[in-house]
Amino acid sequence: MKKSERQAPGKSGFSRRAFLKGSGAAAAATALAGSQGLAADEQKSTVVSPGLTTITLDVNGQSQKVEVEPRTTLLEALRNGLNLTGAKPISVDGSSGGSTVLLGGKPVSANSMLALDCVGKPIVTVEGFGGAKLDPVAAAFVHHDASQCGFCTPGFVVAVKAFLQKNPKATEAEIRAGLNGNLCRCGTYANIIPAVLDVVKGARNGS
Amino acid sequence: MAVEYTWPDRGQTSVLGGNHDKIDGPAKCTGAAKYSYDINPEKMLLARVLGCPHAHCKIKSIDTSAAEKVKGVHVARAIKKPGDVVQWQGDLIAVVVGETEGAVAEGLSAIKADYELLDVFVNEEDLKAAEAAKRTDKSGGKVQLEREPDDNDKDFENQEFERLFKEAAAVVEGRYGIRAITHMCLEPHGSTCDWKDGKLVAHLSTQNVSGTAGLFAGPLGVTSDDVTVHCDYIGGGFGSKFSPDPWGILAAKLTKELNRPVKLMLDRDLELKNAGSRPSGFADVKIGADAEGVITVWDSHHWSTGGFAGGSVPQDVMPYVIVPPNFRRRVTNVKTNTSAARAWRAPNHPQGSAMSQTAIDDIAAKLGLDSYDVFMRNLVNVTAKERAGVYAEEMKIAAKLMDWKAKWHAHGKGPAKGPIVTGLGMAIHTWGGGGVPSGCLIKIHPDGGVETFAASQDLGTGTRTVIAVVLAETFGLPISAIKVNIGSSKLPASSPSGGSITVASVSESNRRGGLDALAQIKKLVAEKLQVDADSLVAKNGRIQDKNDAGKGLSWKEACSLLGMNPLEVKGRGAPGPKSKLSSSGVAGVQMAEVAVDRETGVVKMKKFVAVQDMGLVVNRKTAASQIYGAMIMGIAGALFEERIMDPKTGAFLNAEVADYRLPRLGDIGELVVEIYEPDSERARGVIGLGEPPVISPGAAISNAVCNALGVRVGILPITPKQVLETLKARNA
Repeated sequence: MKKSERQAPGKSGFSRRAFLKGSGAAAAATALAGSQGLAADEQKSTVVSPGLTTITLDVNGQSQKVEVEPRTTLLEALRNGLNLTGAKPISVDGSSGGSTVLLGGKPVSANSMLALDCVGKPIVTVEGFGGAKLDPVAAAFVHHDASQCGFCTPGFVVAVKAFLQKNPKATEAEIRAGLNGNLCRCGTYANIIPAVLDVVKGARNGS
Repeated sequence: MAVEYTWPDRGQTSVLGGNHDKIDGPAKCTGAAKYSYDINPEKMLLARVLGCPHAHCKIKSIDTSAAEKVKGVHVARAIKKPGDVVQWQGDLIAVVVGETEGAVAEGLSAIKADYELLDVFVNEEDLKAAEAAKRTDKSGGKVQLEREPDDNDKDFENQEFERLFKEAAAVVEGRYGIRAITHMCLEPHGSTCDWKDGKLVAHLSTQNVSGTAGLFAGPLGVTSDDVTVHCDYIGGGFGSKFSPDPWGILAAKLTKELNRPVKLMLDRDLELKNAGSRPSGFADVKIGADAEGVITVWDSHHWSTGGFAGGSVPQDVMPYVIVPPNFRRRVTNVKTNTSAARAWRAPNHPQGSAMSQTAIDDIAAKLGLDSYDVFMRNLVNVTAKERAGVYAEEMKIAAKLMDWKAKWHAHGKGPAKGPIVTGLGMAIHTWGGGGVPSGCLIKIHPDGGVETFAASQDLGTGTRTVIAVVLAETFGLPISAIKVNIGSSKLPASSPSGGSITVASVSESNRRGGLDALAQIKKLVAEKLQVDADSLVAKNGRIQDKNDAGKGLSWKEACSLLGMNPLEVKGRGAPGPKSKLSSSGVAGVQMAEVAVDRETGVVKMKKFVAVQDMGLVVNRKTAASQIYGAMIMGIAGALFEERIMDPKTGAFLNAEVADYRLPRLGDIGELVVEIYEPDSERARGVIGLGEPPVISPGAAISNAVCNALGVRVGILPITPKQVLETLKARNA
């Protein structure tokens, strides 16, 4: 979290409008303008306290209301606000891949996104895969024992999902070159490679 | 008839030793598995701690008043008081509890502290500097010589070593070592604590569910019956998560005081600075060998640090596994301004291996011999003489899998493709892995349901699945019929998971308890069918006559004979020399093939072979995964990871994921795992496996790099910088 986002109430020099503009979240601004809390707040003052606002996120195909601060990351909103704890806080930046979710269909590190910036964009977390049946990627991970402690596994499953959407016919060499954004400490890489190859071959259609 | 506690013979099993998916695999792969970090009780508050920015200082003041005023902050409190001395960067000095991550972060940044800086020492690799800074103490050694001194032999020891080295066909002197690494558990240390009605529930990320409840009780002023430690899933431990730690106790006290649940997990940088590291190890080694490469004499001095309190890699891992008849070893402890080292997967063995099996390989290089032949000849001096044959067999298998003989070239004499040279290296290791007495409760319900209870924990090794396989085998049921309950201190006390003891421990207790329960069910069936209980077996979901499958009852029918209440049987393991269910002590051989770019210094893993025994295999699939994982973790220590300290300030420079280099999926090359389980090994029963395969990679990969380059890169990790500096020094 940047220093400027941590300033105490009253000392903050930035307005919510400027903040939203600065963060480039036009969609977020539109969504926020409709919320009652913001409208009431705006009438009182143009200086914004970094307090709580209720926003609506499109998560796993459902509209979900969640209270956030401007500085709340998408990861915090998912984990603390919506109790979707599949995405994990492993690094302060995106370097572990542990918090990977799909935002607008693309993989992002949820801990390097602000929740406000995600309003209006479809978010899919690891919990959103599969449904009644085990998702083919998750099924291949289970079959190839591609998890040990399992803490990195949800992030890996989401990353593999995104990778295969882009590279549905990935070769082993492409898999080895294309899945280096996720970190595993237990050493499950050797099991992940055949798991991903299995999905490419269509060997795991859920179970 | 007295129950005989044995395993079924090979060929007589239904699920034992097969390839089984982890029963908790789906939970882990869908995000459903809840770790301590994921527990979100109603009205939970978040806590974070502040680390000291200085590596050695005296606290002058800590002012939390501004932090307390931050909106959303409930508590901001100093942990250290004026006058307290901080011994490493990141030691905890204050805590903030608040409503949101943002509020807590804002609170932490509002804390002001003053420090009086003290002298810093963190560079234990430089022994002379450590001595000059008065940071060393000798911690002993040992001398063993074949010849006895005469009464009038003055200075016998030195003269004898001089003679032995003079008579040796080859002598090698070198400096070898491996730098300190951290555990880097992806789920940091911490807990979510919940105090309700005078009782504590601590969702603790722990390798020691049974052993930690009592450690919370005292500081909270309650007795252990008022504490439940809960851990369904742990995001990595590797030897660093056996206690609640001061921050766990702090979270428990805060939840009691605030009467709201409190989650306190360490931030990544504080995790790396506080919550565990593996001691480095550096050694000056001189060895002599005969013309065949058999080591005849060994003389070493090694040093390392266990952190601010001292301690180091103990003397008894030097020399490692191959111990010649004449040796002298001594060890020096170095105190550094770093947090206390913790047990790390196979404590001390990886360092011992990296500091001694490299020297043996240098003897092969000096004599122009094939390293394989030299290791094979030195098996005459392995510490566990009874396993010399196992090593030899494993070496033959590994060599075949590696195609060693076809690929071998003398050190530094291989063909080069432009700047790229390739090389082979090997190493051998040993570990215990025996079980300890550990309890379980097995319940068999009158409707046929089976469940088992034990505090225990699953580090990712597949504890639940191992237990399910053991009971499924025992009762002749499918694995899915066994419900395994672990992860709560309210369940029968179990061993901690460290030292690779878990699988042997839980297999012992569940097999014994299972066989006792089966004997009771057989008795009921025998009475019902008017047959001899000894003629009955549990097979294919039935209790039936061993020679006439038609004569018997289904498992469900058999269990209905229990009456109203479930049959409850306690299982308790009795590992030890008399047990036929488990044993201790394994061998293991690894061979690495690398490619080294002499222009960039980059080392790439081409192929890496592990051959590993573990007695009787319970679940082949998860066993193989442990070996693969250990090999990758070993590649990390050999080529990538190290704790980098600033010698001037004592700052831990790479305490973030982005800066702490670890292998990624594209870095591992081709890995080959072979489980060595001949009848002779299977007959020994279950032996733990998690640790042994993590020992050899350092030496094996170092030896492969040396074979490629023709010069030793003495200190691990072998980073591009290390390679280039070594080549520069040789060419200078």
